[in-house]
Amino acid sequence: MIEAVGLTKRYGRTVAVDDLTFTVRPGVVTGFLGPNGAGKSTTMRMVLGLDRPDTGFVLIEGKRFGELRRPLRVVGGLLDAKWVHPHRTARNHLRWLARAADLPRTRVDEVLDLVGLAKAARSPAGDFSLGMSQRLGIAGALLGDPRVLLFDEPVNGLDPQGIAWVRKLMRTMADNGRTVLVSSHLLAEMAQTADELIVIGRGRLIAQCPTAQFISEATESSVRVRTAQVERLQTALVHKGATVRHEPGALVVVGLDAAEIGEVAAAHGVVLHELSPRRGSLEEAYLRHTEDAVAHHAG
Amino acid sequence: MTLLAVERIKLFSTRAPVWCIATALVLTIGVTAGLTMLDHAGEGPTPSSTQTMYILGLTVIMVMATLSVTTEYRFGTMRATFQAVSSRSRALLAKATVLAIVAGLVGEVSSFGSWGVAKLIAHSPDTDIHTAAEWRQIAGMGLVYAIAAVLAVAVGALLRQSAAAVAILLVFPLLVEQLVEIIPRVGDRLHDWMPFVAASQFASTADRGLPYGPWGGLAYFAAIAAALLVAALAVVEKRDA
Repeated sequence: MIEAVGLTKRYGRTVAVDDLTFTVRPGVVTGFLGPNGAGKSTTMRMVLGLDRPDTGFVLIEGKRFGELRRPLRVVGGLLDAKWVHPHRTARNHLRWLARAADLPRTRVDEVLDLVGLAKAARSPAGDFSLGMSQRLGIAGALLGDPRVLLFDEPVNGLDPQGIAWVRKLMRTMADNGRTVLVSSHLLAEMAQTADELIVIGRGRLIAQCPTAQFISEATESSVRVRTAQVERLQTALVHKGATVRHEPGALVVVGLDAAEIGEVAAAHGVVLHELSPRRGSLEEAYLRHTEDAVAHHAG
Repeated sequence: MTLLAVERIKLFSTRAPVWCIATALVLTIGVTAGLTMLDHAGEGPTPSSTQTMYILGLTVIMVMATLSVTTEYRFGTMRATFQAVSSRSRALLAKATVLAIVAGLVGEVSSFGSWGVAKLIAHSPDTDIHTAAEWRQIAGMGLVYAIAAVLAVAVGALLRQSAAAVAILLVFPLLVEQLVEIIPRVGDRLHDWMPFVAASQFASTADRGLPYGPWGGLAYFAAIAAALLVAALAVVEKRDA
């Protein structure tokens, strides 16, 4: 469980995080969504005690980060895969982390196996590809078998196989009752990974709700219609209360579903060449939401 | 003990510190050996005169100590450390302690090594250690190195930049402390109270007319290092990592 209460962080005159309150529950994957620069990384750094909030506080499993005796056993974070010394081997990097958490050396080899880096254990971390670095970072987060996990854009630089692997890993961790918070600036990515969403824009909370709810509320359902009798159909549809937009060679109808449009067309003797329902794109919806936040902020 | 082990693993799992230690020893002992060989003036070297090159190794060890902090900031492993150790002060104190111990050992090896190599080359009874002051100078060199390492760790933590920290640690003892003498009226007295001047009082047996003795000089040097370390701890606790 992560509880953030009234988090605010200013850098000079810029407000990076603005009175942010949210709760991340165990047992589900929670997506932390926002455009670049929305304050996701700053918030995650405050959760892990790296940045000091100007006001507000964060509790991890009911405690402040500074009160954790062996933090790696409670909370594992991957904030930046490049936080390794390039000349230190992967195993040595994990060795000192393991020592800090009073974990046996065997645990280092366990997590190296788990993330598929066993063969690269003795290579300097500076030689790693971005994908391998991400795996090493994840190994560090998992080292202490913590109840709470934070990943900042963990699939950056991963190939499709690696992305599938990270998703499965987060799913498994959540199913085991852990708290998993994963950030991304891509809603499409989150739609496939997260059960719940915390959406922020300009450092402010926009929404905290199940992913499905956010998507259905945010995306508009429309129906694409093609016909030779455009004006006749449009008049009939508008009369029924629908909104009609023109696209090249077609109409886009919002407010009526495909069946209703078909009924209206038949009643008015209109011949349809196409009748295809479609969902609005996730990215569109998400941009609209975050733009609202920007407008709200500017107002 | 856990945190000391953490810092020990970090220090010795990259090559730079090992090279620094080797360089410090080879420089100090090697230059002392070379000077002894060149000196054919009949009389053998005194124990004190075998120690004059200590500043070479000391400088290299200070660079190692300050880099042990600044490279952690550069590569982000300091943040990884603070994720693994919730008390930043304890983490930094552990680092200062490990660097002080390593520097102390290097100081001892380099002082006895310099004396030993001079004794071997000159074969002179003049090189034998007789007085308590000579014992203090040679056996105490580790203390000077250890305190200097703590000072360098503090400077590194305060500045976080390798270039800036190294520049200060090179320029201050080697140039600034000498140049303050130029300042009219107060220059001389100011010079007497420069930290590395105080340290050199302990690292030599000559009477240089300073307002404190060798142990006073060492205590003053340690107080400066402690003050810088306290400042570093306060700043590291307060600022964003």
